[in-house]
Amino acid sequence: MELTRRDAIAALAAAGVAGGGAVLVASDRDRGPESNDDEGATNDAHEDIVETATALAPVLYPSEVDDAAEFVRTYVTGRIEDDDDHRTGMADAAAALDGHAAEEFESNFRELSPEQGDQLLTDVGLDRVRPDPAGSDLERIRFYLVNELLYALFSSPTGGELVGTENPPGHPGGLESYQGAQR
Amino acid sequence: MSATDQESETNGSANREPSDRADVCVVGAGPAGGIVAHSLAERGHDVVVLEAGPRFSFEERIRRMERHQRPAFDQSDVWEMGGERDAFRSSGDLNYPLNDVRVKGVGGTTLHWIGYTPRFHEKDFEMDSRYGLADDWPIAYEDVRPYYAAAEREMGVAGGEDNPFAPPREESFPMTAFPPSHSDSMLGAACEELDITTHSIPQARNSEAYDDRSQCVGYGTCHPVCPSGAKYSGDVHVRKAEEAGARVLDRVPVQRLEHDDAGERVEAVVYATPDGTEHRQEARQFVLAGGAVETPRLLLLSESSQYPDGLANSSGAVGRYFMDHLLHMTMGVVSEETRQHQVGFSTAATHQFYDHEESTPGSFFVAFLNYAGPSPVELALENGAWGDDVVDAVSREYGTHVGTEALVEQLPDAESRITLDTSRTDDHGNPVPDVAWSIGEHGVRTGERALEVQREIMDEAGARVTWSTSPRQPLSGSHPMGTTRMGADPETSVVDERLRTHDLDNLSIASSSVFTTGGAMNPTLTIAALSLKAADHVDEDL
Repeated sequence: MELTRRDAIAALAAAGVAGGGAVLVASDRDRGPESNDDEGATNDAHEDIVETATALAPVLYPSEVDDAAEFVRTYVTGRIEDDDDHRTGMADAAAALDGHAAEEFESNFRELSPEQGDQLLTDVGLDRVRPDPAGSDLERIRFYLVNELLYALFSSPTGGELVGTENPPGHPGGLESYQGAQR
Repeated sequence: MSATDQESETNGSANREPSDRADVCVVGAGPAGGIVAHSLAERGHDVVVLEAGPRFSFEERIRRMERHQRPAFDQSDVWEMGGERDAFRSSGDLNYPLNDVRVKGVGGTTLHWIGYTPRFHEKDFEMDSRYGLADDWPIAYEDVRPYYAAAEREMGVAGGEDNPFAPPREESFPMTAFPPSHSDSMLGAACEELDITTHSIPQARNSEAYDDRSQCVGYGTCHPVCPSGAKYSGDVHVRKAEEAGARVLDRVPVQRLEHDDAGERVEAVVYATPDGTEHRQEARQFVLAGGAVETPRLLLLSESSQYPDGLANSSGAVGRYFMDHLLHMTMGVVSEETRQHQVGFSTAATHQFYDHEESTPGSFFVAFLNYAGPSPVELALENGAWGDDVVDAVSREYGTHVGTEALVEQLPDAESRITLDTSRTDDHGNPVPDVAWSIGEHGVRTGERALEVQREIMDEAGARVTWSTSPRQPLSGSHPMGTTRMGADPETSVVDERLRTHDLDNLSIASSSVFTTGGAMNPTLTIAALSLKAADHVDEDL
């Protein structure tokens, strides 16, 4: 099963970001040698978040999903582009996750293999952590990274299909599917 | 400054000084207040609306939807309810979850309502005459009938002519009904075997584009948030009122009403601005539209030497006769996919049991859920697992649920009531409301019958019942009613058939608080109809 850019834009719509794809195109184009230092730092932070999220996807997403990199890149970029609070929260959570990765594997999370990533999340007990945007390191990792990416997946039609619905709550999928017996 | 503060400042009137001259002051900017304000402003009257809560931006709704779906947030976070402002006590036989059943802000509780708009039946206005129960309303269905039609047009109601049990109507619904769901056909087949007739559900939700608002696009989160605006909410009429010249102030909770020396007219309401400053808004006419808890609370808070038991309370009925609809649910699973959570509203029901012969059990109706069982998105985020494990976990829980719900009538009881809890105060130092809710034996016995019918349908459909409510422990239907009841006798009621208080010449009430009895039909269309009626009478007096 392939997650497309279209799925990412649908997921962004469920997260309140309209035109996420257009945002990504603009942000890619605007990055360049003429950026000043502040913009460069912001772009670095963007890239760290996106890379961490991209590395998380093969851990968090079911094996049926072949390649989620473009989906995650589009979704995360759209999510943080115009939302300073959310960008700060995600960056902070990514740094916390890197801290745990360094402790166990002496590496940033984005350099771990999916198997090592899964091992790390299991070892820190993330399956038992409640999400809280203002909570502990693990609670913020759960909220800003793990649940963020799970929300993106399962509020999109393709993600919904994995569990039996092409029109999951949060996706404006119209009025046809509820009437029919078949997907 | 919170996001809501910013919304209020950018979209609302930052000037919260009182108007120099106002024909009408409306307290509350929910559907009742919005409809009254619009109706009167459109006729050229100077209208000021005072709302305790904030003005929410339409664009933020999608973020509120996300809050609803993500387990880091409570339901009260969606519309920012709770805290000192909304403190209350529940002291009755049953816990009353007040802050789960209301929203304070421009649009009021319709911001999170589900949107069903059936009319009350004729019998609901004639409970004493027909059954020797409670009291008749001082008005009949025929008196409200033209207002029902007008309210359906104003709110935009999608409905069908397929309900043989509905009261008489004079014209078609403004929009066609939503078609039945896949699971409706499963439960509908069971009903057919049981000789139970099912039909569509009228609802203030756009089955097509209407009134410059979108057709429903199937977000599936109607309760508590409709991001598309296809579901009617009271802010629609607040906006129209402003376009017609009304002035709307948000975050200005009214503290008390002040009357003249003769005690015959209200002179002003006193409201507080966010910085705590108090102002007086004078007007020729006043309309209270703050719902069935805050309206009696405000009258009780407005005690004076002339009215030591509270304003408009010479009957002693203010706050009494608090009713809700008893919500009974029966949930189950079947062996095939039921396609739940594709939309967030129901599309089939039966009103066959509503008009009854014997007095008890009384009225109820049963509707089929299109959102039975857990949402797949919420399951995925709450389970804790990831990878293939999360798909396994969601797939185990989602897909085969069915559910029915019944709204059940309770009778008014003077001891089921709203009072002031003087042991606790809100953010302005006012005693908080104490909700003492009891449901009475009529409600219990009617609930028993509603649960029997639900069980029969589920059994016939081959469902394994997994959970149901019990007759003495219903859920709140989220429909508080009855606390400033309407009646012809000033000794036993608060407002007359013109929705004006018996005690004060220029004080009217537009709210479910005026319902003499509550029936079992969702109340908002009746609230809207009575609001239009109240506006007509206020207009006559101006």
